[in-house]
Amino acid sequence: MAHDKTSGSVILLVATRKGAWLFHSDARRRDWRVDGPHFLGHIIHHMVLDPRDGQTLLAATRTGHLGPTVYRSTDMGRTWKEARQPPAFAPQANGTGRTVDHTFWLTPAHGDEPDVWYAGTSPQGLFRSQDGGVSWSPFSIINDDPHFRAWMGTAQDGTPDGPMLHSIIVDPRDPTHLYIAMSGGGVHETRDGGQSFTPLLGGLEVVEGFNPGDPSFHDPHCIRLCPTNPDRLYQQNHCGIYRLDRPGDQWQRVGRAMPEAVGDIGFPVVLHPRDADRCWVFPMDGTEVWPRTAPGGQPAVYGTRDAGEHWQRLDQGLPAGQAWWTVKRQAMNNDSLDPVGLYFGTTSGELWASSDEGAQWACIARHLPEIYAVEAAVRG
Amino acid sequence: MEVLIPTPLHAYTGSARVQARGASLGALLADLDRQYPGIRFRIIDEQGRMRPHMRFFINQVAVFDLDQALGETDEVVIVQALSGG
Repeated sequence: MAHDKTSGSVILLVATRKGAWLFHSDARRRDWRVDGPHFLGHIIHHMVLDPRDGQTLLAATRTGHLGPTVYRSTDMGRTWKEARQPPAFAPQANGTGRTVDHTFWLTPAHGDEPDVWYAGTSPQGLFRSQDGGVSWSPFSIINDDPHFRAWMGTAQDGTPDGPMLHSIIVDPRDPTHLYIAMSGGGVHETRDGGQSFTPLLGGLEVVEGFNPGDPSFHDPHCIRLCPTNPDRLYQQNHCGIYRLDRPGDQWQRVGRAMPEAVGDIGFPVVLHPRDADRCWVFPMDGTEVWPRTAPGGQPAVYGTRDAGEHWQRLDQGLPAGQAWWTVKRQAMNNDSLDPVGLYFGTTSGELWASSDEGAQWACIARHLPEIYAVEAAVRG
Repeated sequence: MEVLIPTPLHAYTGSARVQARGASLGALLADLDRQYPGIRFRIIDEQGRMRPHMRFFINQVAVFDLDQALGETDEVVIVQALSGG
């Protein structure tokens, strides 16, 4: 949505293990008004505001025992209506059919397709809605293709919360050019609207002893495409931070420039809305048994201004020690104001914000349930 | 026949006890979904399997088959076995 870079209202959409909250502020981003909980007790994996109309909210939900669904609001969460047909795999008569455990990721499609959305699920599945999220259908060859099924592995091969399809990215120049990522299962792209996909794994490392040519062994954590340069992508992977410049197909491990004591393992990556050389990550401890906590209990965001050649530690205002939380792959985001606002939510239920591109941080909410996702949007 | 609905599904039915029809458990759930759109998918997955922790009792007896026949006077209870934190 077009807007002045220094005005408008900012909304944070916070999805948690036990409900959803909306936080509202103005362009100064000093004071925040909380609205919630919505869906108290429901597991919310992602909540996204449609940037094409500025008013449609989709929330991917389930409860501990009820099946997964999607809710839709067109009045900023005052009322919600359930999808008529949530994402679900095609029925298989022979008992081999898969079941969607939860919808994990929501992506609005290209601006020329105003009612189209994509959804990624756990276990790995790709779905599409053509009516604004009311009804969903399996999309593309991925869900039932034998190669993809093999690369997806089983639930035992996936992450603790289940293997997932995420980082569904639409090329702003071409609605048929999509990227997707699977944990596990690797990074893939389609240039024909999902009729075929090509693995995009060049240069990515895998855990020692495994074949990097096999998508099964790849674990991309989060991929983002630069808004002002759609030929550049950044990826936070299980095995480092990477950058890819198209039409090239070789990822470069730019995380090698991170301090050795911190490393370049983490879940999220967020990008500057106007400068393709700038992005931010939130490193976590990926040593030995993989604690997945802030290294040394000292959380910090790291940012680069030169496409990953150098990284700067950004921890002013964050706890100086004994802080052992993690930021999950969907739980860090940015707004589009100038200066850019950065936000992240923690596994311990704290919501942190910076209105100056990471220079100074403030905790704007605590005691929330475990935060799964944070999305930032600017309206007006 | 009368169907007892567990609390997590009251958002669909608006009450604990509702009336539904069907010659089998599967047909009964289809009728519930007709009356309360979306309720079936929350308790039966896309492969036609009962979701974990969802239990069905007919006249106090646990049933695991959607083809189980139902009579006009049968009493159906849907239970969500709570667990977790």
